[in-house]
Amino acid sequence: MPLTRRFDWRRGLVTAIMLALSVLFLLPFIWMLVTSFKAESDVFVYPIQWIPRHWHAIENYKEVWNGKYPFYRYYWNSIKVSVVTTLISATVSSLAAYGFSKVRFKAGKWLFMIVLATYMIPSQAILVPQFILYRNIGLFDSHLGLIILSSFSVLGTFMLRQFFMGVSQDYIESAKIDGAGHFRIFRSIGLPLVKPAVATYAILRFIWTWNDYQNPLIFLRTDKLFTLPLAMQKFTSVSGEFYSLIMAAAVSAILPLFIVFVIGQKSVIEGIALGGVKG
Amino acid sequence: MTRQAAIPESGAQVRTAARRSGGSLGRGETLAGLLFVSPMLVGVFVLVLVPIVATLALSFADWNFVQGWNGIKWIGFDNFHKLFQDSLFIRTIRNNLLFLLAVPVYMIVSMALAVLIDRYVYLKGYFKVAYFMPYISNIVAVAVVWQVLFQPSYGPINEVLKTIGFSHPPKWLADPHYALASIMMITVWISIGFNLIIYIAGLQSIPRDLYEAADIDGANAWTKFARITFPMLSPTSFFLLVTGIISTFKVFDVIAVTTQGGPIGSTSLMVWYLYDQAFTNLKIGYASSVAAVLFLFVLLITFAQWGIQKKWVNY
Repeated sequence: MPLTRRFDWRRGLVTAIMLALSVLFLLPFIWMLVTSFKAESDVFVYPIQWIPRHWHAIENYKEVWNGKYPFYRYYWNSIKVSVVTTLISATVSSLAAYGFSKVRFKAGKWLFMIVLATYMIPSQAILVPQFILYRNIGLFDSHLGLIILSSFSVLGTFMLRQFFMGVSQDYIESAKIDGAGHFRIFRSIGLPLVKPAVATYAILRFIWTWNDYQNPLIFLRTDKLFTLPLAMQKFTSVSGEFYSLIMAAAVSAILPLFIVFVIGQKSVIEGIALGGVKG
Repeated sequence: MTRQAAIPESGAQVRTAARRSGGSLGRGETLAGLLFVSPMLVGVFVLVLVPIVATLALSFADWNFVQGWNGIKWIGFDNFHKLFQDSLFIRTIRNNLLFLLAVPVYMIVSMALAVLIDRYVYLKGYFKVAYFMPYISNIVAVAVVWQVLFQPSYGPINEVLKTIGFSHPPKWLADPHYALASIMMITVWISIGFNLIIYIAGLQSIPRDLYEAADIDGANAWTKFARITFPMLSPTSFFLLVTGIISTFKVFDVIAVTTQGGPIGSTSLMVWYLYDQAFTNLKIGYASSVAAVLFLFVLLITFAQWGIQKKWVNY
């Protein structure tokens, strides 16, 4: 595309209309943000005040972050669970992906078929046995249990396997002739080559784990262990009619991922487009 | 490539490698392969395969969780007989089928937006991020915001509707006739981002020369869309249709946060019903039979997908 392209007014007009549409689409977020700055008495004043008349931002956010259900604790829980899950899942997935694509062994083919087949099983169809299992082996109501639960998602294995398939077998063979073992090849040739794909998968896994509501709802009981989505719901049911506080909590819950997304935007969007994956 | 493997060239190692390639190579490869895939295999076995077998087994049992292992009664197909006479479950299935309507709606919107964003606007990057926002947002936060927006008596949506002349706007999530539609609206809003991104990727893989040829023939924008873009997007559309249909059978979070299946069962979808039976009523066996039906639905859709794929899609 030439840099000196002249401004096309028709394209400009379509852009303007689309901008208006996108603002409409984003209105729930804008309303949420504005409301989180308001005094409670102004929340439902109509016509909607898009610029708060009485600023209550500091009070609202202080209540959310340091009140009866302090968000810093749930932030810490979410960070802990998401980071550890992401690390384990990326490791397990890239090991398996290498094994299924670059190690030539007979069992590999049908083992991969089994793993592939499990992808069809909806996670909700196995909740009850998982719950019973967790109750019996003491992983229920713990962060460790939650982490283990989403660390073995087969999705990462598929995504990364695709990328390992793209690594030329010649690299592997020549390294093998030179006497390198598979683990060495994996670490010093395979992994560096698919690093961008691993990073993309890691960001996606982080987002999904951070936003996961279903597993914490079923596998956690203790308030103190709650991750953000659960805390958000708890906070909502306790705060009842204090909508400005609820919106401040909602902003707090969404903001960190928004930042992660804006930074990793390209790889997130590309990863999703490439893998065609849905959370 | 960022790093090269160190390549030792001593004769001894070459000899070792040559010896290995003789007999023990196969066994060595198998061992290495198993080691690489074993963490994933163990996880999948314990957390997915054993549970799905347990689900299918428990669907033939009558069991309340608090009774302990001795309380299990094996009752054959009774759960399934009961299920298909359970009016709330039948309603749940009906709701699930109605919910399918959301899929074509967000697919059409996403396709239109994707074409516009990919071809006809400046600031492409901004639009992608804007429409993708709901996808990365915490679903509980998003659902709570919508719940407040839909508030029947003084919520912003109804205030606007009253201003433009609707004196009795619907009660949305609180109204049995509108609750499911409201949940579908939220779902459409959330799903546009994912579908849009996949459509844009699909658009970018259409060869440019097709459009250039059409330009030479003097085709207008609509003809180009109808004759080139739409058919060339059919594999993408098919993929999105299948993932979309499957995802309607997995809807849970929005319902758990907003309506909890109510009012009067109007938003009870299969996963919600399963959850309610298992974790509120503690009917483990009955819930497992719901899970088995859910699994069956997803399986059928997947097999149908394999069957249809070859005939319908224009590659």
